[in-house]
Amino acid sequence: MSVFIIRRLLQASLVILVMSLLVFFGVNVIGNPVDILINPDFTQEQREAAIRALGLHLPIHEQYFVFLKNAVQGDLGISFVFGEPALKLIVQRMPATLELAFAALFLSIVVGIPLGVYAGLHPESIAGRTIMGASILGFSLPTFWVGIMMIMLFAVMLGWLPSTGRGDTVEVLGIHVSFLTWDGLRHLFMPALNLALLKMSLVIRLARAGTREVMHQDYVKFARAKGLSRRRVVLVHVLKNIMIPVVTILGLELGSLIAFSVVTETVFAWPGMGKLIIDSIQLLDRPVVVAYLMIIVFMFVTINLVVDVLYSLLDPRVRLQDLKE
Amino acid sequence: MSPADTKMVGTKMADVSTGIPPERASPATAVETPFRRFLSDYTESPVAVVAFVALVLILLIAIFAPVISPQNPYDLAVIDIMDSRLAPGETNFAGDMTYVLGTDDQGRDMLSAIFYGLRISLGVGVASGVIALSLGLVIGLTAAYFGGKVDTLIMRTVDLQLSFPAILVALILVAVLGRGVDKIIIALVVVQWAYYTRTVRASALVERRKEYVEAATCLGLGTRHILFRHMLPNVLPPLIVVGTVQVAHAIALEATLSFLGIGLPITEPSLGLLISNGFDYMLSGKYWISFFPGVALLITIVTINLVGDRLRDVLNPRLQK
Repeated sequence: MSVFIIRRLLQASLVILVMSLLVFFGVNVIGNPVDILINPDFTQEQREAAIRALGLHLPIHEQYFVFLKNAVQGDLGISFVFGEPALKLIVQRMPATLELAFAALFLSIVVGIPLGVYAGLHPESIAGRTIMGASILGFSLPTFWVGIMMIMLFAVMLGWLPSTGRGDTVEVLGIHVSFLTWDGLRHLFMPALNLALLKMSLVIRLARAGTREVMHQDYVKFARAKGLSRRRVVLVHVLKNIMIPVVTILGLELGSLIAFSVVTETVFAWPGMGKLIIDSIQLLDRPVVVAYLMIIVFMFVTINLVVDVLYSLLDPRVRLQDLKE
Repeated sequence: MSPADTKMVGTKMADVSTGIPPERASPATAVETPFRRFLSDYTESPVAVVAFVALVLILLIAIFAPVISPQNPYDLAVIDIMDSRLAPGETNFAGDMTYVLGTDDQGRDMLSAIFYGLRISLGVGVASGVIALSLGLVIGLTAAYFGGKVDTLIMRTVDLQLSFPAILVALILVAVLGRGVDKIIIALVVVQWAYYTRTVRASALVERRKEYVEAATCLGLGTRHILFRHMLPNVLPPLIVVGTVQVAHAIALEATLSFLGIGLPITEPSLGLLISNGFDYMLSGKYWISFFPGVALLITIVTINLVGDRLRDVLNPRLQK
């Protein structure tokens, strides 16, 4: 087991190192940092001084090692726009993004599983077909356009829900959250639903396929033969067994929810990390862009690592096969 | 292409109405070729036929946008600022033209803007798809044919990339490369190549063990000849399916990036940019500037996906009787 974990840790570090190389050389070789970082009105001497201060006179590989050394110490540069450390800016906005992502995850489970199970129990019924049709639409519809249409319908035409921002927040353990106030909840609902639609479709499909498979298993037949009510068979025996694939897939999809929140945050002006990165790309705020990319890659690699290790705990075959290679 | 298709569709429809299976209905009329069988399998689903016709229409609109558009939306001499933000169905200031889908903030006819936008969106999507497909073909065939270290290296890279969501990969590339049509196409190619490579490798691995490859090797044919003349035609069908679905993804991704303001430049107004442009007027109730380009985008993506779904069912050997 420890050999497996060490190997995976080494692989994960390698991935982060490769990504840091790509991002660093991408930003510094393809774009010219001197043009971006230094005021064009500077005199030649000021310019030289600025280049030295930023370490841009060093050969490119030495610059990379300086960047790496600083990054390990948590110094990912200072934002041009805000004049604050890039890392601090991102960490400040992380709770908003995580709140949105978890709210979306919650919604997709709470709505997706009942619909999927229903469609699995009645695959030929009109409601079952409608649910499947809607889930196909959920896969096809571009998230940002659905978000816009939701704003048009619920905010502009009906005026039920606010369309931008987080609303009132409450401080819990030093972190501001929206979901504990009524106003915050009203603000959270639309973006969370928007972000959840794609995953909801996925959960519906998984739950439906799982239900159809499980319904033919011997233990379900046995439970029914034993005289258990249909309600109990579905709620206990079927539900328990379809939860395994749903939970594993959703664990993996958490990262993609965080990545996709970029789109939802822009549509609903939700003040999270995603909105920050889009603004930073447009304002050419390179330190923030590099810091965001490094952090999100780190998050992804960590999620993948945790899922891999959990998998190997659940299913020893994975680990044995890996060692054989 | 289309007259022959409609004819085939027509005969098929007649078969359905008489209730006789197509194989028995026309024993004397036609020799069964793989293409004919494919066509009769495909047309069994009426939804797929409608989707195909719609897709052909969309392609025609995109190709002939300059000819069929009521006005050239990017010719400043034609558009009139007096006509800006008119609701659908209103006539222009001069009184000689009706804006069926309304106008945007510059007084541009939305219908024409959508036709031109469709052209750009489809162009970028298809171009990136074709490049990624060719790249995936070469890399996937290489991986499958040589195996060993080359295969491991390529497939590890593919796995690594597929563990990140497409939008994130695109975001990284756009952040690094900057804006521009060529850069967006590069980003879309990088996002897609891994899917094609994986598909090609999987089916090429199956093909490699077949006897015709062995026979070709015994005949002393060169590696490149075997790869591209013998194995390539046999790995194409699954690739076509992945290709259609990927083009739909590419179009949606481009629209998303353009909406976020980090996609195509303003000089190339794709559907995503039109939607983004209209978003600013949404809160004042002028829905049509965003709504109609979105509907066009939606119809395009859904029809491509429907055609792709049907192709998968028809071309999948496991499902064939």
